[in-house]
This record gives sequence, structure tokens and C-alpha cells, in this order.
Amino acid sequence: MSYFSDIYNGIKTLLTGMSVTGKYFIHARKGSLTQQYPDNRETLKMFDRFRGEVVMPHDENNEHRCTGCQKCEIACPNGTIEIIWDRGIDEETGKKKKKIDKHIYHLGMCTMCGLCIEACPTDAIVWAQNYENSVYDRTKLSKVLNQPGSKVKAGIED
Amino acid sequence: MMMIPLNITKTIHDWLYSVMPENAASITEMLLIAIAYLALFAVAGLYLVLLERKVAAWFQLRLGPNRVGPFGLFQTMADALKLLSKELTSTDKTDKFLYNLAPFFVITTSLIALSVFPFSKQFQAFDINIGVFFLIAVSSIGVIGILIGGWSSNNKYAMIGAMRSGVQTISYELSVGLSIITMVLLTGTLQLSEIIEIQRTGGWLIWQGHIPAIIAFMIFMIAGTAETNRAPFDLVEAESELGAGFHTEYSGMKFAYFFLAEFINMFIIASIAVVLFFGGWLSPFGITEGITWFPEVLWFLIKVLIIIFLMMWFRWTFPRLRIDQLLTLEWKYLLPINLVNLVVMAIIIWLNLTF
Amino acid sequence: MRPISYRDCERNITLEPGTQNMKPETINNNFKTEEYFVNMGPQHPAAHGVLRLILTIDGEIIKNVEPDLGYIHRSIEKMCERDSYQQIVHLTDRMDYLSSHINNEAVCLTVEKALEIEVSERVKVIRTIISELTRIASHCLWWGVMGMDVGALTTYFYGFRDREMINDIFEETCGARLTMNYNIPGGLMFDIHPNFVKRTKDFITHFKTKLPEYDRLLTGNVIFQKRTKGVGVLTKEDAISFGTSGPVARGSGFANDVRKRHHYSAYDRVDFKEALFTEGDSFARYQVRIMEMWEAMKIIEQLIDTIPEGDIKTPTNAVIKLPKGEYYQRVETARGELGVYINSTGTKNPYRLKFRSPGFSNLSVLDHITKGAKIGDLVATMASFDFVIPDIDR
Repeated sequence: MSYFSDIYNGIKTLLTGMSVTGKYFIHARKGSLTQQYPDNRETLKMFDRFRGEVVMPHDENNEHRCTGCQKCEIACPNGTIEIIWDRGIDEETGKKKKKIDKHIYHLGMCTMCGLCIEACPTDAIVWAQNYENSVYDRTKLSKVLNQPGSKVKAGIED
Repeated sequence: MMMIPLNITKTIHDWLYSVMPENAASITEMLLIAIAYLALFAVAGLYLVLLERKVAAWFQLRLGPNRVGPFGLFQTMADALKLLSKELTSTDKTDKFLYNLAPFFVITTSLIALSVFPFSKQFQAFDINIGVFFLIAVSSIGVIGILIGGWSSNNKYAMIGAMRSGVQTISYELSVGLSIITMVLLTGTLQLSEIIEIQRTGGWLIWQGHIPAIIAFMIFMIAGTAETNRAPFDLVEAESELGAGFHTEYSGMKFAYFFLAEFINMFIIASIAVVLFFGGWLSPFGITEGITWFPEVLWFLIKVLIIIFLMMWFRWTFPRLRIDQLLTLEWKYLLPINLVNLVVMAIIIWLNLTF
Repeated sequence: MRPISYRDCERNITLEPGTQNMKPETINNNFKTEEYFVNMGPQHPAAHGVLRLILTIDGEIIKNVEPDLGYIHRSIEKMCERDSYQQIVHLTDRMDYLSSHINNEAVCLTVEKALEIEVSERVKVIRTIISELTRIASHCLWWGVMGMDVGALTTYFYGFRDREMINDIFEETCGARLTMNYNIPGGLMFDIHPNFVKRTKDFITHFKTKLPEYDRLLTGNVIFQKRTKGVGVLTKEDAISFGTSGPVARGSGFANDVRKRHHYSAYDRVDFKEALFTEGDSFARYQVRIMEMWEAMKIIEQLIDTIPEGDIKTPTNAVIKLPKGEYYQRVETARGELGVYINSTGTKNPYRLKFRSPGFSNLSVLDHITKGAKIGDLVATMASFDFVIPDIDR
């Protein structure tokens, strides 16, 4: 007799499964989860903390907050950050002071671990929510974060 | 000369015979029909692929193809063009002759099987008086294409797939045949157009034969799904086990032939079901019986699409069976039930219990 | 006859010595069947990455399974010897990427143990909640892939739908979806996002309606049960002697949940049941994971309303130097027991760091339990083991 009950139970479980997929089929119109990516660029919003790439914000006077302490360079596990620095004479105090020439960021090597941003004592570098990072040429992934002619904001010390 | 009763459209037939000598007219007519069927084949195949992709997407919370043309209607056309322009590659030690022959075997058999179906009263290329028998015979040739394709590819995955296909098709052929024979008992004829004529007066066969007919239909659907190598019986191309199965080494248009043939086979199985169980091109309850201009082929296509949808529903819901379970299902469940069902049907006809 | 290894295949050695010199007529049986090799992987839909299995097959029957590793070996353990203790954490994301948070936690717990730092209650609770969310996310993906491996393709998308919600929670709080690197030795990188609690609760209510649907679609399905019941049976003795852990061991009745037996983080204050089944087959492993999802939801529900206030990180030196000695800490990832062994000589880098990954031990049992099974069984068994290949290879 188990022969027939097997058949009956088997068909019952199969129909139960079909009812699940069938329910989704009927609600296909509003249930779809697909994001049609290039079309929804305008509405696509990343979360505030999204780790897209490292950037160095500059204010309207073209001033950044990086003192060139190199803590981010040390914190980085992959050698993603390279800082070329120099010593310049501070006009106010007349003392010699470290200042950055170039803050180079190799996006191609970055694993987005966030240790550099954790390490930065002056919040000079932050995460940007930019998610379209692909380029045709690998060399374009190496970026200089400080803008040309920029300087440290006054009063920023490590 | 005219051995084959060609009755697609009487007007073209008469016109051709009036402007040409008899032999030339006959050949032209055959060519026209061949072209019409090839076009039907291509369009049906391509749009079934599109339908499958759309239906799958709707089951899976996706949108499906929607980029090429409105609602993605030209997606499969674009795919076919891409496949046409692709290089036909093969591995090193293939058996070249068999390797190139296999796709044609598969696609020709499904094309031949398509020719006997009465799509409507006038639209039938080949109204043979052993139609059902012809269908069973032709549809079993397709597996040879799969077997030699898998064998000649010189690929282990392809060969396992081909061997599985052989085992599967030979087993399930029995159930398809027996469930068809159950219905033939009821009709008393093998000619497809006559089978439909019988249903015009007495109601659809699934109604006429009631319980044994419904059982036969369920068995036919299971065995038919297995015949077309579709999930849950897609062991031939079980992608998590064999990569792509028997057509692993095929590329370009040769692959497309296998792929299209699979969908045409699905169409054929659904068409057999419609003709044998659901009255072919007859309208339900005769609602368009009196309307002469109504294209009866619409009813045929609607019924076929419903059955195809059912097969797609199976495919996107169920897990795949294992090879021994596949054979257990056939030999321990379907075949005995089918044989008993055949006897039940005979008794019912004998006692005049049909509707 | 000895079992055939893939090296025989590479050297073109005939399977039975002597047959190559035989004349054709002396081989009396023309229908003699031969065993043959199939390379399942490194590029194979069921290999879940780049696992290469060298199968010896007789028809459909599997005679021998020889896993060949190394296709995704990145020498993470060696790289760890180069890095400082803060930097090690982000490498562990790349091991078992489906339970990346738990891996991070393991390293942080080890370092904290060595430094004898006590993290605040808030950190412990948040770590536990995110660990359990990670576990659900991992099991969601596994459920989808398990269905796909046995042929039900739709499960994959349903699993991913629910996993996506968890990934959104992670992205909002940690900034990354998969390789989160949210832990640092001494606490967390930053506090949870204000929306975290609400989103997590939303997810729990959503997932409570979806998990029964999983059961209706796949668990109850007669074909699925036939495919998995009695397939790949691992006895309790074998589970212990092969050193398996996690759902694989618990499916065989070997109760070894680290969360239950060796409390860490906030697991000592939550009430949950250890998922334990005794059949040892693929279906039992499947049930363990489904039950773990329920239990994980239970754990989150107990903690989510009462996240205590406290410091988000305990200050450490900028350069962490562990005292000389050996340290070991284990955690329960979604796949099983992950152990972190650190041998320190007192410098800022570990002298030796070893991960006891769950996948490696679990893989070793595969050959033992799939001998004599069919190819379909192997795929179902592998799916129920839930391998993540970078976890095996590291």
C-alpha cells in the first residue's frame, strides 16, 4: 500500500513546490528585484559609509587637511598609498615643517579595508561613494589626491 | 503523381495547377510547403526560447530579456545571428563525419515530426493515415543524433551525457507510446485529423475517456518531459554534473541546432498532447464553431502554449533526478500504471462507459 | 588493483600493467569495461570556485575522488607574517569570504586575548549580531546553490533575494558588502549605523515568512529528498576522526558547536539550540543549516533590542606588539570551526600564524563517503558540504 501513498505524497510535495514558484510568477510584475543598472544611475544612491575610493576633500581655498604624517602609508597593508613630501618653511613660525608634494593613491591595489582612514589623525582622507571606477588604462588608476597648488589648511597639526 | 494530400490552402493549390504542368506544380507546391514549415520551425523555435527565458525570469523575480527590441522581442533573433556568425570549432580527435552529422539528425527528425500536425482544418502538410505511429517512430530517431554527437565529440562529459540520453529516451519511449496507445484505443484511428473529428462530436478525449484518460495524460506529460530531456529529467545536460552534457564541444550554429531542436521537441510533445487530449484546433465548448472566418489555428496555439508553460513550470521548480531514480520512476511506477491503465481503458470502452 | 591517481594519468601509465604488450586476441573479453578519469574542475559549475576533483569513474559509479588543491592559493598565512596585527584582519576577509565578519572576529579575539584586553559589552553584542547575520547570509547563498546543484535553478534567486537584504545592512554599517573589515583589535572600526537596528528587525520579520517557503519549495520536495536522503552518509566516528566541524559534523550527531561549548563574544548570554541531527547524510546536513538559520534569528532577536551602551573600541597602541608566546582562539564560522594560532616573538608581526580552516578538514572526508556513489550523488554531497574554496586553499 505504501506504493500508492508514495505516489500520492510525492505528487503532493511537487504541487506544493509549484505553488511557491507559481505565486511568484503571478506577482512577477511588482516582485521583480532586478536593478537595471545603467538606466537607474540617477536614482541609485550609495550608503554614506560606502567604500568607493579614497579621496582628499579640498575646501574653496584649495586647502586640504593632510599634514604628510604618513600614518596612512604605514597603515596600508598593500602599499596603495605613497606620499611624496618635502620640508618647507612655515611663514608664521619660521620653522621647518613637513608638507606633502604628492599624495598618490593606487586604486588598483586598494582592498578598501579602510585602515588608512582609521589611521588618519586629521581626517584628511575620506571615503567617496563613487562606484564607477573602471577605466581602460591601468595607469589611470593611480591618482594624485591633493589638487595642484593646494596647501594645508592653517592650524592643522598632527 | 500527387501521393501526398496537400491541403494547406486550396486556392494556391488550384492556381499552381492552372498555370503549370502537373509535375512542376507538384514540386513547386512541395517546395513552398517546405519553406513555410522551415520558417515556422525557425520562428517557433526562436520564440519558444524567448518565452522560456521570460517565463524563467518571472519565476525567478527577474525581468528577463528586455533590451533588444520592444520587450526584448528580438533578443533571440540577435542570439541566432550571433550563433550564425560564430566560428564552428571542434576538438582535436573528433570523428569529423559523425560530429558534423549529429546536429542535422536531431533537427531533421523534429522537423519531420512537425509535418503531420493538423494546425487547423486546412493547415496540415501530411495527413497520413498512421499519423500517431509515424510520430512515435520519427521522434525516437532524434536520440541517435544525441548519441552520435556525444560519442564523436571525444569528450568524457559529452559521452556520459549521450549514454544517459540513450538510457533515458529508450525507457521513456515506452511510456509515451503506451499512453498514446491508451488514447488510440478510444479513438480507433491513427490518423490525426480523424482523431480531431471524433472530438468534435463527443467532446475532448480527456473528457470522453475520463479517469484513464487523465491518468494517461499525466503519464504522457511526465514521459514527454523526459523525452525532450528537460528538467527535472535533464540528466543529459545536467550542468552541475556534466558541464553541458552531450553538446559540450559544439559551437556556433551546430550548437544552435541542438538547442532549437530541444524547443521544437517541446512544441511537438505539447502538440501531441493537444491533439490527443484537448481536441486539437477545436474551440472549447464549440464557442467559435459557427464563426467561419475565425482562425482555428489560434485555439491550437493557445492550448499548446498552455502545455508548454506547464513544462516550463516543471523545469523551473523541480530538482533533477538521479539516473537510477529516473529509471526507477519509469520501470517501477510509470510502466506498470500505464499497463493497468491500458486495460482499464479497454474495459471502459467495452462496457461503453465513455462519455 | 591499487587506486589510480591523477599522476598515473599524467605519466600515461596504463591502468593494468602488462596489458599494453598483450596481443588483441589474448584479451578475451571484448566487452571489458574500463575505469576512466574525469577532471571535475577546476572550471566546473559544481566546483564552486576552483576545486579540482580527479574522479575515477566506472560508468556512473565513482571509484575514487582525489581533490587537488592549490588553484587559488594566495599564501595568506605567509602574508600575515609580514603584516601588522591590524593589517592581518583584512586578509581574513578573503579566506572564507561568505563569513568574512566571523573570520575578522577570530583574529581580533586572538589578539585581544594575547593583549588581555576586555572589549566593551557593546562591542561583544554587535559582533555577535553581525556574526549571526553573516551566518544567515552564508546559509542563504548555500541554500540557493544547493538547490541549483541538484537541478532546481529557481532557488538560487530566492536565496540571493534574502541575502541581498543582509548585504544592505552590512553596506550601510560597514561600507562594504562582502569583505567588511569591520573589526579591529580592541573593538570595532566605528559605531553601527542608526538604521542598523531597524533594518535588522525588518529583515527578521521578512525572513520569518521566507524560510517556510524554502521548506515548501525544496525541503519537502520528493525529488530533493530522494536525491539527498541516504546519500553521502558520514558516521559519527568518521566525523570525529576526520576532524570535521560545523554543520557537517553536526549532521552526523557530533555536537561541537564552538558557540555553545567555548563561549566567546556574547554567546554566553543568549539562549539557542545547537542544531543536531544524527542521520549523517546530505539531508541531515541540509536540515542542520536550515535549523541554524532559525537559531541565528533567535539569537539576533534576543540581542537586537538590548544593545548596551559602551565604548566602541578599547584603545590599543598604534603598533600592537603581542607578548612572546602562543595564542589560540576558535570561533564558529558558517562552515565550522575556525581556529587562529598566533606564535609571537614579541615583535609587531606574528612569527607564525596558522588558520585551522573548517573547509580543509571537511573536504578530506569527501573521498571516504562518496566511494561507490554516482556522479549526481557526488554533486549533491559536495553541495551539502558547502565548500568555499579560498577557505580550503587560503
